[in-house]
Amino acid sequence: MLLQHAAAGAAHPLSGSTAELLWLLPVLPLLGFIVNGLLSLTPAYHAGPADPSASPGADHFQATGASHHEEGEHAEADHAPVRHRFASIVSIVGPLVLVLSFALAASIFATMLGAGEIHTPFIQRYFSWMPAGDLNIEWAYQLDQLSVVMVLIITGVGTLIHIFSIGYMREDPGYPRYFAYLNLFVSFMLVLVLGASYPVMFIGWEGVGLCSYLLIGFWFSAKANADAGKKAFIVNRIGDFGFLVAIFLMYANLGALDFAGVAERSVQLTAGGSLVTAICLFLFLGCTGKSAQIPLYTWLPDAMAGPTPVSALIHAATMVTAGVYLVARSSFLFSLAPVAGLTVALIGGMTALFAATIGLKQWDIKKVLAYSTVSQLGYMFIAVGVGAYVAGIFHLATHAFFKALLFLGSGSVIYVMHQAYHHTHKHDDAQDMRNMGGLRRFMPVTFVLMWIATLAIAGIPIFAGFFSKDEILGAAFARAHESTLADASLLGVPGSAVLYAVYAMGLIAALLTAIYMTRMMLYTFHGENRTGEAERSHLGEAPWVMTGPLVVLAILSAFGGWLNLPAFFTDVLPVGKTASLDHWLEPVVGESALRITHGSSAHLSASTEYLLVGVAVAVAVTGILIAFARLKPSLLGTRTPAQSRASETGIERILANKYYVDEAYDAAIVNPTVQISRKLLWRGVDVGLIDGLFVNGSAWLARGLGLAGSWAQSGQVGTYAWAIVVGVLAVLGAFTVG
Amino acid sequence: MINEALFFSAVLFTIGVVGVLTRRNAIIIFMCVELMLNAVNLTFVAFSKLYGAAGQIFVIFVMTVAAAEAAVGLAIIISIFRHRETVNLQNINLLKG
Repeated sequence: MLLQHAAAGAAHPLSGSTAELLWLLPVLPLLGFIVNGLLSLTPAYHAGPADPSASPGADHFQATGASHHEEGEHAEADHAPVRHRFASIVSIVGPLVLVLSFALAASIFATMLGAGEIHTPFIQRYFSWMPAGDLNIEWAYQLDQLSVVMVLIITGVGTLIHIFSIGYMREDPGYPRYFAYLNLFVSFMLVLVLGASYPVMFIGWEGVGLCSYLLIGFWFSAKANADAGKKAFIVNRIGDFGFLVAIFLMYANLGALDFAGVAERSVQLTAGGSLVTAICLFLFLGCTGKSAQIPLYTWLPDAMAGPTPVSALIHAATMVTAGVYLVARSSFLFSLAPVAGLTVALIGGMTALFAATIGLKQWDIKKVLAYSTVSQLGYMFIAVGVGAYVAGIFHLATHAFFKALLFLGSGSVIYVMHQAYHHTHKHDDAQDMRNMGGLRRFMPVTFVLMWIATLAIAGIPIFAGFFSKDEILGAAFARAHESTLADASLLGVPGSAVLYAVYAMGLIAALLTAIYMTRMMLYTFHGENRTGEAERSHLGEAPWVMTGPLVVLAILSAFGGWLNLPAFFTDVLPVGKTASLDHWLEPVVGESALRITHGSSAHLSASTEYLLVGVAVAVAVTGILIAFARLKPSLLGTRTPAQSRASETGIERILANKYYVDEAYDAAIVNPTVQISRKLLWRGVDVGLIDGLFVNGSAWLARGLGLAGSWAQSGQVGTYAWAIVVGVLAVLGAFTVG
Repeated sequence: MINEALFFSAVLFTIGVVGVLTRRNAIIIFMCVELMLNAVNLTFVAFSKLYGAAGQIFVIFVMTVAAAEAAVGLAIIISIFRHRETVNLQNINLLKG
């Protein structure tokens, strides 16, 4: 790849520094993808007898999925432990490219810190990608304060999850394929956040969607997993359509597609006008798909069919937050469209509340976390909707830490449960919390780490989630008081009323978050153990290659709030710099944020702020206490999952069935589509019209004409003579009459 | 004078056409074709009295071609007869598609 110095970049403070190596960031994981992808094409095992030395210990873990069913039938000695023969190479290459990427990102970040105030993005143009008439799209990367934060999160959390995967996927026959997809995902995700224009971002956007599909359906031999992958892909297509329409609108009306160009020309747009509102709403449609917001959130819970580290990386920490990044990146547009901002905040609030209620009654440990993710993404959209872009990115970062920790922790639990079942040849669901209980005795480290993440997500002070969630709720409350959004109205409802409602939804969702997370911890780690005698002896802590990343994430979850300490906190406890992230992102989103707040950066009065924080903390603590008081895992006793499902009534049953949204979508959209496709498009158009009329019809026509011609060729010269005479007479007659 | 000549040649041509359409013997059909050619020749000669000698030149051409055609046609008819023992056109439909 050739580096070309752009005229604008030459004078930039970052030119000539390590930031020039920007292009290497996505290329490194791409190399990993190529190496691992090639290795995955080789047969998994050596021919001949399996080498017993290749299987230290007695782990016969076969991750939840396709292949474990047939194995339980054999005696332990019968089947050789399965490990891909190139697993050791893959274990080095896969995480190594991420480590290198992270190191490069860190050094670029250090360079940026050292370069002082950087007011313009550092744009690197590589080649002209789509020159077509007036439209010239360049393959260009943009480095600024926002993209470097995203790059650090992606490569940092990505590295930890890659390391965890070494343990989690140890004996999977698709080990190189798994790492190939995961590397490819990181590569596309980096393109997404580094792209300097909407089309380049869209390539990353589609690429991560592809990798998400491949990884959800990683164990594709089970139909449910393949279906979940397809669902994710198709639902995302709807959102991508919105994104594309927004790109078309931008090009048609602004004539530019790179962020700098669009930002420059967006000043021509009428603030609050229908055009900018339409562009923003179409962009947001893209976000609802990728970031699982109402109405397109249904794919994310199903995406849990993939391996658990995938859920942690793609469906919690990075890909699903792309929508939040998109809104923050397009802040110059969203700050011009108060109605779009209100819509984003309202949808975010509704999603936060809605998903949290569903999370209350899920029994699958990963489903709880999936709905929790949807809910937390709702929070981020509240933030970016009301123009608190920094708060949104802050929550994105802290959420990446604690949700990755929760998912990896649940991965450890599932791993251990599965191993125990594997030893005893039992076929229970290793993800159902009703089968767990009391795991704190067996996995004390994971137990403590998971509690740290739970306190973080619930919003208990000093943990990361407290600061970011509080900042979001405070911002929603402040913007309801005074902002361009409060002055606007959404469908006739005044903006301030909408935002107060959003604040209330956020607060209730915070209460529910504390309840369902505590519930998950109670059923998983507390109380009596429900795994059964035989399994109990096989329970234990997961290997260190898995627990190690958890420890790092736990430290980040506990102290991630230091990224952006609020003033009210540092006034009392001067433990760190105030609002570092605010200052850091100021050059990117500061102007847009000010536009929404009428140019004033004044925060709420100190007393209001303390009141809001007090309420938020009280709500979180109440939630945890309610869960401890009301939920009694011991009551679960020996009931099987099926029995306890039958005992659910009323609202419980509705929640356990996720408000029947999937069923409603099936009835309203999926089934009619299938029926129309089958009856009208297949039987009618395809078989009837195209095959019948066009294909067979033209064949019949040719055949009929041939038969007629062949009949006329009787070979009787007399007949021919008659035909000639009749023809001559006809021609003569025609001339005579004419 | 021209009227009589044209009338006579039209009658001759019609006789030829009817002969071609109604008779089945290849030799007779062949002779009827010659009749039609000669009717045309007669017309050419008649018109040449009005429009110059070009018509007579065409007559020479037509007679030459007719002679060649007669030679080829008779040869074909004879060889068909050798194969099929008949010159009745109803029995000869080798050109059937």
